Amino acid sequence: MREQIIRILTELRPEFDFSQNVDFIEEGMLDSFDIVSLVSELDATYGISIDGMDILPENFATVESIERLLIKNGAK
Amino acid sequence: MDFAFKNKRISGILTILPKKRVKFEEEMANYSFSHAKCMKLKLAMGYNEHRVAEAGQCSSDFCVFGLQYLFDNGLLKPEEIDALLFVSQSPDYFMPPTSNLIHGHFGLKHDCLCLDINQGCAGFEIGLIQAFMLLEQDSVNKVVLMNADVLSSKVSDRDRNSKPLIGDAAAITIVEKCCDDSKIFANVKMDGTGALALNIPAGGFRQPSTSETAMMEEDTSGNFRSKDNLVMQGDFVFNFVQREVPPMIEHLMEQAKVDKDDVDGFLFHQPNKFMLHKLADKLEIPYDKMPANIVENFGNASGVTVPTNISFNLGNDVVEGKKKVCLAGFGVGLTWASILMELGNLEFNQIIEF
Repeated sequence: MREQIIRILTELRPEFDFSQNVDFIEEGMLDSFDIVSLVSELDATYGISIDGMDILPENFATVESIERLLIKNGAK
Repeated sequence: MDFAFKNKRISGILTILPKKRVKFEEEMANYSFSHAKCMKLKLAMGYNEHRVAEAGQCSSDFCVFGLQYLFDNGLLKPEEIDALLFVSQSPDYFMPPTSNLIHGHFGLKHDCLCLDINQGCAGFEIGLIQAFMLLEQDSVNKVVLMNADVLSSKVSDRDRNSKPLIGDAAAITIVEKCCDDSKIFANVKMDGTGALALNIPAGGFRQPSTSETAMMEEDTSGNFRSKDNLVMQGDFVFNFVQREVPPMIEHLMEQAKVDKDDVDGFLFHQPNKFMLHKLADKLEIPYDKMPANIVENFGNASGVTVPTNISFNLGNDVVEGKKKVCLAGFGVGLTWASILMELGNLEFNQIIEF
């Protein structure tokens, strides 16, 4: 799942290295528009619908937080 | 706050759209997004085409054009109008009320209540509830509800949060007494602590417009706007909608003792496609029962999106037949409101251009 998430993030913002251990939001690597596109991509890839109430910046800050979010929303 | 009404109906809806169409592709250069990002957002958010009023076209102009069309086509008689409600956030003047201007334009009878209501995204539901309450009076038999907004000129061309989505439009809805005793259920909620999440900071009495308020500033997301422009805290509004709207709809269904599966259509306010699809998923409503195509075809014209949604997506289905519909609006205020009612045998339900 981790590799898949990094692949999707890199496709979205190819200018950044998402394998590094930083806060993507604080570092300006993802903005709110990226999060919309990312949620759409994750929903389609994992066949889920991430709950609208979970679409908060902190849930997209690291690969680990995205992974937790996906599992919470039923991704396998 | 729950409401219930009976012996009232919507007998006609006319949506009036500006002729001017603006394509997202024509504006992309203003937003400093990459082409790939624009295309992704176009798909997810529904950025495509929006209708924009010409310079100088005011909200009342759309309403006057629409009313004249109804009079000319024998769909409404001036002398029948007992109340004229105008719901908008873009009135022609601070004073007088725009409804009075429209009343004066047509020389309507003096026994007619004119009322301006400052509401936006939930303005159709708020206006309908007000109309239903007025119709409880013996002296009121027919209410003309006008929703109109021309806010696009208040949005900065370089505000990528709002500019690709905003639209201008008006709708005229005829609400009247009837013998049908099927109940109409409604509820409204407000949270004024979030009132400034959607606002135009300057131009009112609190902060009059000056050359300073017209200065463009960049925000942390790279949008450029002045204090004379509309500003929306997009993340805050998104989270508010996702948190508050699903329980409101569930509550409305419980109030009416109706199962969601028995509702023919969920005609909601349309801020953007992504938000609508997330609401549909949460409420487990199929996308074909909750249309999300108004923003991509016409833009978000605030309280006009729900009547536009009805005119565009239900069309003749509610002229020749009947549908049980759930209407909902949510946004500026913060205000969120919903109505469950039968919509059918309308005398007209159409879109015209001005």
